[in-house]
Amino acid sequence: MSDPIFEVRNLDVSFAGSRGTSRVVRDVDLDVYREETLGIVGESGSGKSMLASALLNAVVEPGTTTGSVTYRPPDGPAVSVLELSEQELRRFRWEEIAMVFQGAMSSFNPVMRIRRHFRETLQDHNRNIEAGLERAESLLESVYLDPDRVLDAYPHELSGGMKQRALIALSLLLEPQVIVMDEPTAALDLLMQRSIVSLLEELQATHDLTIVFITHDLPLLTKLADRLTVMYAFQLIETATVDTILYDAAHPYTRALLSATPDLDVAVDEMHAIDGTKPDPVEAIAGCSYHPRCPLADEQCVRTEPPSTNHSEHHTASCFHHERAPAAVPIRGDDLEEADR
Amino acid sequence: MNNEPVVSLENATVEFETEGSLLNPFGEPDVVRAVNDVSLEIGDREIVTLIGESGCGKSTLGRTAIGVQKPTAGSVSYRGQDIWEARTGGDTEISYSEIRPALQMIHQDPGSALNPNQRIVTSLSLPLRRWQPELGRPERMERIHALFERVGMQPAEDFLNRYPHQLSGGEKQRAVLVRSLLLNPDLILADEAISALDVSLRVEMMDLMLELQELFDTSYLFISHDLSNARYIAEKSDGRIAVMYLGRIVEVGTVDEIIDNPQHPYTKALRWATPNLYGDDDGQPPIRTIDVPDPTALPVGCNFHPRCPNARELCEERSPPEIAASDDGHPCRCFRADEEHEYWDSSPVSKDSDDAVAVGGDQQ
Repeated sequence: MSDPIFEVRNLDVSFAGSRGTSRVVRDVDLDVYREETLGIVGESGSGKSMLASALLNAVVEPGTTTGSVTYRPPDGPAVSVLELSEQELRRFRWEEIAMVFQGAMSSFNPVMRIRRHFRETLQDHNRNIEAGLERAESLLESVYLDPDRVLDAYPHELSGGMKQRALIALSLLLEPQVIVMDEPTAALDLLMQRSIVSLLEELQATHDLTIVFITHDLPLLTKLADRLTVMYAFQLIETATVDTILYDAAHPYTRALLSATPDLDVAVDEMHAIDGTKPDPVEAIAGCSYHPRCPLADEQCVRTEPPSTNHSEHHTASCFHHERAPAAVPIRGDDLEEADR
Repeated sequence: MNNEPVVSLENATVEFETEGSLLNPFGEPDVVRAVNDVSLEIGDREIVTLIGESGCGKSTLGRTAIGVQKPTAGSVSYRGQDIWEARTGGDTEISYSEIRPALQMIHQDPGSALNPNQRIVTSLSLPLRRWQPELGRPERMERIHALFERVGMQPAEDFLNRYPHQLSGGEKQRAVLVRSLLLNPDLILADEAISALDVSLRVEMMDLMLELQELFDTSYLFISHDLSNARYIAEKSDGRIAVMYLGRIVEVGTVDEIIDNPQHPYTKALRWATPNLYGDDDGQPPIRTIDVPDPTALPVGCNFHPRCPNARELCEERSPPEIAASDDGHPCRCFRADEEHEYWDSSPVSKDSDDAVAVGGDQQ
């Protein structure tokens, strides 16, 4: 694996609310490697969007972000993202890191033609307009859009899938190193989702991109990502390559999530819902945050928070009882792996 | 009750007209045929799942099936009684006041299906007060409580006195499901009812729907854009899957027929698009263009031919009728289902076709 382009250490995001302070990202350590696709998977309300915002120092007021986020450009000195000024941040976002949000519908200004969105982006970042628009055309073509038609259109004249692809083209306009995508395909049909995922793979190879892809859609991520990190109750509980997660997941939650996922190739009685409900962000859970739902939970889990431990190179998980997890929470990968041997 | 199916659609068509624009108020309106000549029966305790891309007309078809959207041609009947005849006040065998509560609906977004200014208990009492005014308050409350406990919202008292914003997405969806069941309906239209839930909660919600089906002998018309959900609920209930494309049902059958032996290239494309956890990446999309054609200007011949990797010249001329698949006989609107069709002598429309290779683009 290559060197890290992002190093996140002790990252915390908290919001003060009327019911107390909510820590919506808790003590996150994460490396993102150059030119990889990292998938961040978690249920809604697990803190994954906040983690993405924190990577760009874009947590909205009154949220506070602490810890460190270090960005290492291919040339030049490392950047401490949480210490950048407003001015520096504006350049950093889009030129170094671009972000694509869920709901392309609201990312475009409804009264501006698509062309003006591209033009203004170039202007604001002091780029050559003519060369930039030429690049825009080739980017639009690479996402299977007709540049003439799309650039002259208003957002409402495009379908959801076309807007989302135009937004991906726009995010690549200033040749960023990293693209962070938060549920970029959630509102789209499966056929469009899969097509966009295929496109992203091509774009990544052509533009040497690093992609951070955030979603609750685990099956989709396995088609795109090199590595996965699983978020539960505002913490990263397991990180590994996609294959390690699929065949060798160590955390009981990761395993439960795998077997709760509807899958065409799995017998219907092998899919099981996860017991219990996800925790309230305000209530602090002592010990392991998954213990109220975990079949393996014991005294230790209730009292002590499990540290993140290395299982093999590039595989970390936070569970005291990971050795017993495969027996307690079987997944389909267990049988498949045996069959392969 | 009689032996007629709960709901049957016969050659139902629904057309919408766009209004003339401000600049050209008298121009020809565009006509969208959202549902095109669809016949479908839903039996007692049957689950029919309807899948297709957004804009294919599946919601309109669903609304037509429960009698809230009037077909512009064809008919829709409840246990043999034409719903719109009953609704317009004819002297019919089954009256509209019997039909309406028997056909219920759950919406995609439970947040907007519950009045934000009313406690859950108020929203849930309304249908009972409207349709069963003879029930007193204690009986109403007893029914609501019992159902709430049944769907795992315990203690019921606590949940019922909350406002919608105090419930999670999954809890709101359960509340809406309870509301649709209170009148003991024969059919529930579940329009993308689990799409807004996390992937990890969908199996749980579908299991609950199945459990309640057992209990109440309800049928479901389950609309989804996601084949893996449709297959889960259809297989667990021995139901059927109907695939819809631009207003037509292009293929319908049991889970085995649709998932294991799809005939229509569109069904195959949907299957490709449904990611599975284990298994190889299946390469390039088996469609020639990503985007759906403009519904106001549908292609001549088979609607799917501009995107179809197997399109031949015949497909550009003629719209395929319903053909029984040569092996298992399930109906499908594609010439390829018939092994001896003249389609096979027609020439492919582009060099890409037949091989299911590269995606073309809009520019083609």
